[in-house]
Amino acid sequence: MDIFTLSVLIVYLLATGYLGYQGYRQTKTATDYLVAGRNANPVVMALSYGATFISTSAIVGFGGVAANFGMGLLWLTFLNIFVGIFIAFVFLGNPTRRMGHHLDAHTFPELMGKRFNSRFIQIACALIIFCFMPLYAMAVIIGGAEFIGPIFHITYNAALYIFALLVAAYVIAGGLKGVMLTDALQGAIMLVGMIILLAVTYVILGGFAPAHQALTDLGAQVPKPLAAIGHQGWTSMPAFGWAAAGATGADASRYNLWWIMVSTIVMGVGIGVLAQPQLIVRFMTVKSKQSLNRGVAAGGLFILFMTGVAFIVGALSNVYFAKHETISCRIVDEAALLDPGADGKAKLSLVAADAPAEIKARAKTFIAYRMPGDAEDQPLRYVLKTPAASLTRGVDNAPDTIKPGLIAIARSITLGTPMQGNSDTIIPSYVNSAFPKWFGVLFLMTLLSAAMSTLSSQFHTMGTAIGRDVFETLTGGHSSRSVLITRLGIVVGIIAAITLGKAVRGNIIALATAIFFGLCAASFLPAFLGGLFWKRMTRAAAIASIAVGFLSSGLWSIFVNGKTAAGLGLCKSLIGRDTILTPAFSPTWAVVDPLLVALPLAALTAVLVSLLTKPMNPDHVRYCFGGPKPEAKAG
Amino acid sequence: MLQGIQDPWVFLAYLLAIGSAILCVVYGFANWNKGDEPVKPEDVKWAKEEKEEVEEPLTPR
Repeated sequence: MDIFTLSVLIVYLLATGYLGYQGYRQTKTATDYLVAGRNANPVVMALSYGATFISTSAIVGFGGVAANFGMGLLWLTFLNIFVGIFIAFVFLGNPTRRMGHHLDAHTFPELMGKRFNSRFIQIACALIIFCFMPLYAMAVIIGGAEFIGPIFHITYNAALYIFALLVAAYVIAGGLKGVMLTDALQGAIMLVGMIILLAVTYVILGGFAPAHQALTDLGAQVPKPLAAIGHQGWTSMPAFGWAAAGATGADASRYNLWWIMVSTIVMGVGIGVLAQPQLIVRFMTVKSKQSLNRGVAAGGLFILFMTGVAFIVGALSNVYFAKHETISCRIVDEAALLDPGADGKAKLSLVAADAPAEIKARAKTFIAYRMPGDAEDQPLRYVLKTPAASLTRGVDNAPDTIKPGLIAIARSITLGTPMQGNSDTIIPSYVNSAFPKWFGVLFLMTLLSAAMSTLSSQFHTMGTAIGRDVFETLTGGHSSRSVLITRLGIVVGIIAAITLGKAVRGNIIALATAIFFGLCAASFLPAFLGGLFWKRMTRAAAIASIAVGFLSSGLWSIFVNGKTAAGLGLCKSLIGRDTILTPAFSPTWAVVDPLLVALPLAALTAVLVSLLTKPMNPDHVRYCFGGPKPEAKAG
Repeated sequence: MLQGIQDPWVFLAYLLAIGSAILCVVYGFANWNKGDEPVKPEDVKWAKEEKEEVEEPLTPR
């Protein structure tokens, strides 16, 4: 890291710290505005909400998925804006705020527990959040680590620790309070960074339509394994359909990509946002419906410039890598051999000069090089060598140049990744390769901002889940011990996120985020919406819907969804097969996301059980919807 | 082929993403002065408790 990068980083951290400190001294959190009976500035409110919503996961993880799968991911941007901002702000925000204030609920589990008059519901929701939110926090931390690793020339694990340390320092310095000015500064930095990213990308690639056309023209370069599951080019949706029961081979997997993209990535995250506990509580900190109305405008634009830009730029990075990328470097070896293992799926490892002929025969050829500034003792960099690559040796001490001519995912293949590549590194390497150094530093600020605002709210939510919702509910009230438990919960959450991040590198950010969002939607959404809008919904129905949503989502992941079931291995150890699907079923079931099954089941359960059980005490229901508090507690 | 994008469904997603952001802006400005409510005692009570029990304990002194 050079002096320039370091000094900008220090100025940024000092500015963030100063704003946080000022916010702390002048007590300008959203709650303070509310105590004072004033509206927070709507743009500040919306930027703050947006900065919590959008993280490194959306920019780096989902941007990388767009580079791999294509611009069809813009359906997620549409849902992010229409569902995550418009529907959330216009229809859910105000009822959530009113009910939260009236019932004196401060967390999502507390809101559910008080609405349905059930400590069990509060504890169950809190435990689901505490156990699974580290998966999402992990995705956010990996998104940062994949970017700072190449910038600082450090290993992935070291990057993971440094990034987590930066965020932890920020959180300890008061970031958890959600000081609005700090959040807004971060939102503004994100906005500037992403607008430059979009504009420069279109300029580099020759303009709006020519850039898209060049991406369309790359269609023939779709990797065979992706084409086999339905990839039809980066400006096309994947092939849509449903494989026949018992289909095998190519017929079995022809439509897999459509279902992965639409059911897991687009719907899981697009709908799951409505049931995100850390976003739901944000509605309680606004003063009135007016704040939400005003916030919609800034929120919609903000999200467009976040995920919209990330997905467009992610997809277009293929054109940059294939047509424009030139690496100025020192070539060390024009034909380095990396071994993908006997099955071709292992992490690539260096082939020694005296390796057996069999290993040399299956090894892939790479170009080994060093960038200017790389020390001699640092590991070499590797790029896949294909017939499209062109190498020029520099004369008179001029640098050598490599034009790899690879699409984005192929460009991500290097020592330590499988031949499948790592989509999580595409956006970082695009920014580092296509943009000048100063932008790399600005983008680092963008990602730090995106990560900090999201992580601090995640840690806050994990901490209060275990401290307030579990411990206080069981012990009967707020105390210094519950504060301690909350803080311990935060520490456990951070450690769990980092530990997970070390264990599962590679194509994981978007998947982990989608799993968490999908699980929240299946478990919480019917009870949350029913609680807000349907007076007839009963406690038994809420419990049943949470249980059905959570369990069906879990069981589908363990026994039916091919990717998660194979990864977990429980099904194989019980019945000897990766999934319980037999040839009597369509193999497409194995790529249907748990959400598509679990959410309808949970919603149906909520309705049926409500209608079959005794209505809740009318006094309690009136109380939940703004009436006076009943004398005695009743269900 | 629309603006170099091969599949109308992808082009539609592009348009809907921009369109939904415009919808948000139009809605936000059309309702800019609507929905204001006086702060009720329960709102202030909620906010004070939020500060004392949720925010302050998490802020180092």
